[in-house]
Amino acid sequence: MRIALISDIHANREAFEACLDHARRNAVDEYVFLGDYVGYGADPGWVVDSVMAHVERGAIAILGNHDAAAVSQVADMNEDAATAIEWTKTKLTRTQSDFLSRLPLTAQRGGYLYVHANPVAPADWGYVADLYSASRSLVATQAHATFCGHTHVPGLFHMSITGKFAGFDPIDRVEIPLTPRRRWLAVIGSVGQPRDHNPAACYALLDDSHDVLTYIRVPYDIDTAAKKIRDAGLPIGLSYRLYQGY
Amino acid sequence: MLNGRPLQVGDVIDGFRLDEQLDSGGMADFWRVSHAGVRLPLIMKIPLLRQGEDPLTIVGFEQEQMILARLTGPHVPRFVAAGDFERPYIVMEHLAGQSLATLVAPLPADEIARIGAKVADALRDIHQQHVIHLDLKPSNIIQRDNENVVLIDFGLSRHLQLPDLIGEEFDSPVGTGAFVAPEQVRRSRDDPRSDIFALGVILYLLATGEYPFGQPERESEWRRRLWRDPLPPCWWNPDVAPWLQEIILRCLEIKPNARYETAAQLRFALQHPDDVLLTERAERRSRDGAATVFMRWLANRNAPRIRARDAVGLLDRSPIIMAAIDLSPEAEGLREALVVALRRVLATEPTARFACVNVLKTSRIALDPMQDAQGRNPHLQRLVELKHWSRVLPVAEDRITYHVFESPDPAAAIIEYARNNNVDHIIMGARGSSPLRRYLGSISSEVVARAPCTVTVVRQPVAALDSSDEQAATSLSGTEQSDMG
Repeated sequence: MRIALISDIHANREAFEACLDHARRNAVDEYVFLGDYVGYGADPGWVVDSVMAHVERGAIAILGNHDAAAVSQVADMNEDAATAIEWTKTKLTRTQSDFLSRLPLTAQRGGYLYVHANPVAPADWGYVADLYSASRSLVATQAHATFCGHTHVPGLFHMSITGKFAGFDPIDRVEIPLTPRRRWLAVIGSVGQPRDHNPAACYALLDDSHDVLTYIRVPYDIDTAAKKIRDAGLPIGLSYRLYQGY
Repeated sequence: MLNGRPLQVGDVIDGFRLDEQLDSGGMADFWRVSHAGVRLPLIMKIPLLRQGEDPLTIVGFEQEQMILARLTGPHVPRFVAAGDFERPYIVMEHLAGQSLATLVAPLPADEIARIGAKVADALRDIHQQHVIHLDLKPSNIIQRDNENVVLIDFGLSRHLQLPDLIGEEFDSPVGTGAFVAPEQVRRSRDDPRSDIFALGVILYLLATGEYPFGQPERESEWRRRLWRDPLPPCWWNPDVAPWLQEIILRCLEIKPNARYETAAQLRFALQHPDDVLLTERAERRSRDGAATVFMRWLANRNAPRIRARDAVGLLDRSPIIMAAIDLSPEAEGLREALVVALRRVLATEPTARFACVNVLKTSRIALDPMQDAQGRNPHLQRLVELKHWSRVLPVAEDRITYHVFESPDPAAAIIEYARNNNVDHIIMGARGSSPLRRYLGSISSEVVARAPCTVTVVRQPVAALDSSDEQAATSLSGTEQSDMG
């Protein structure tokens, strides 16, 4: 079965649609959403509706820290992000907010674990940003492969049977076999706000019958997404950074 | 083990029936297996994990499973299936041929060149698929048929686009002492030219029966090759031809930059011994003196680990370029346009190998006379003209070769040459497009249609053509590119 792993959409409809189009053309059977559907971008309602529709058809959706912030009183985040969350709250319908507030922090399917942030303590929203933080989560989980988001920078970490850790920068559209006698931690980049200096949307395809993971970069209409952010009166920096991919 | 007892003939694992146990390698058991849906002869490789879980066995097996599944083509065993965590195995095509380890050295030079060219072609193939073998040795090279050899055992190999499980696992270099390249001793695992060094060791072995660096087991002994050069092959075997010694010693250069840039370029040299430019290497009768070696020792005894870098571009930067040159008087007008186009390409490809080719068209039926009316050999005459034609091109002498073929079908000869020599880019001129030429079909259009690589067709700019040629005004000018890859 081919599974699309989609993370950190951040209310960017154009980037999300481009990834969904790509996934459809590549005969994806299932969708897993790794959280942060809202925040930063100008289309939270459309994005949440689309994720809800996928979940009704059997998709998995995980809670992200921006989603949690959008349905609660307190949020520990920087000024631009907090401004965007306050704006987002005014845009979400009751149904959409209810959907977000019921999302789980993790989901386990066979040997795969899905989580938004560092799986060591999913509710603490820690990052998997380097080999050290990756090694902590590789030891903490029992899953053969863990998939998370949150950093907006794609990366693949692994631990051998002897306990050696290593990291790898995945290459666009190169199939990576997740070999069985090894533990893997895949940080899926961001659909709606990539931060690895490549502005193209990032998602991944997982073939669970052969344990093969493929990171994919999808170009999208940044002009429209950025204009909507400016038109909505959101902090201007949130539109510029889409062009730079940081 | 199956259900707690050793595996035996008739056992079935995931649909594969064990038919016969073959000789065990050091790190794995091998079984001949069959499967209802597969007609190919199959072999199952099962790692010997019970021996205290040796990391090299486990990780090497993982690495091979990862890489073999990504490789295709005649130079690798076909990958069929892999087992899971509980029962690790790889099923692949069973190769019945002999390995190069069965050859008895010394072999004649032409035989060594023939075998070496086949191994170089296999290396070219896997390098193009982003894989460096890094454990090339005679026992890992199997003869498939008269055309191809197959490389096996990718347990220590590197895929440049996948995680390097071996490099991450071990702090010391891995490989086989007799064959590891100097940069491998310094932990480099991303240079395709390490395989060219190993092939140099194999050629040396086939030419002399001796190992150029012995067969050291300890890593500390491997380091000697960072400063100590090998005895030249002719020291062991005075019959080694100068061109073969030149090729072997160039492969064995300590610095990768001094070796052949690509396996395709090495194959080219092995296929054209007469065109190998002989340097001091061909003349060498002994090793470097103590002073030189001492200086190299001083510089390299503490040579640090080499950091990973991107060597992928090297293959793209060192192409084999073929210029198909028409020496007939009618093509004289094209000359300038063709020279301009060739200069442009040469300016951007300083490490390219350059082959100038001319086809002497022969009649299909009659036997052509070996001499023309003045008693000259037309083949030699063409070669002289070809060299004269090319003298304005800015190419170093050791990067250019000249070839004249005789064929009734020039387009077919050009295409065949390109295919046999891994040519990356053909550059050729097209004469004007007269109605007759369009009716008969031109050589360039046939090459464009059938070439195995990129073809650039150069035309004379319109203004330079004879104004009486009405076709010229409507024909395309400048350079047409067509990528047939």
